[in-house]
Amino acid sequence: MTEVVLFLLQRASALILAPLVLVHTVLVVGAVRGGLDAGEALMRARGSLGWSVFYGLFVVAAAVHAPLGLHSVLREWTPWRGRSLDLAMAALGLLLLALGGWAIRAILR
Amino acid sequence: MLRPAHNHPGYWAFLALRLSGVALTLFLPVHLLMLGLTLEEAADGSSSSPAGLPLGEAATWSLVALLALHLALGLRVLALELLPWCHARRRWVGIGAGAALGAAILLAALAV
Repeated sequence: MTEVVLFLLQRASALILAPLVLVHTVLVVGAVRGGLDAGEALMRARGSLGWSVFYGLFVVAAAVHAPLGLHSVLREWTPWRGRSLDLAMAALGLLLLALGGWAIRAILR
Repeated sequence: MLRPAHNHPGYWAFLALRLSGVALTLFLPVHLLMLGLTLEEAADGSSSSPAGLPLGEAATWSLVALLALHLALGLRVLALELLPWCHARRRWVGIGAGAALGAAILLAALAV
């Protein structure tokens, strides 16, 4: 992938994440304020297709955004660069997708 | 030693955005793992009281603050790159960081 495409993916994922992060943060605080702990708040979302779609989008956007950002940081601040760095960041993205997908599957159960 | 060119609000914003991003990237896999485990436990009915996330309150709210800071400073970068604003850069560093920290403090206070 060219640098331009990666730059655009980073910015596009950021634009998608911004409103999702705001909603997520408000929800978390609202739940905690309502006396729920994190686990209990998650239970409220179980079986909900809407929340699964919301967090599915969140996971995909984060799985793109985070590894691309870390890629830039590592390339600029450490001697690590080249194919191995690209592959490591791709693996991180896949890990985030896998863990996020697992959590969303658990929401839908 | 800090180079003179780095003693600038824009550089501090860049640094804060990067460091908060690295911290969040390191936290995210752990967060998703704990989330999945908690939900799986509840789905299996193996625990009547979900495990929740094993983070201390200070760590939790630190992460909320980091997320708010990263969001605010990231929006600043998007505004600089996508919008035709020319002279707002220095102000937006302070506004972004202040808004983020203020939001995190307000949210923490609401949660008490």
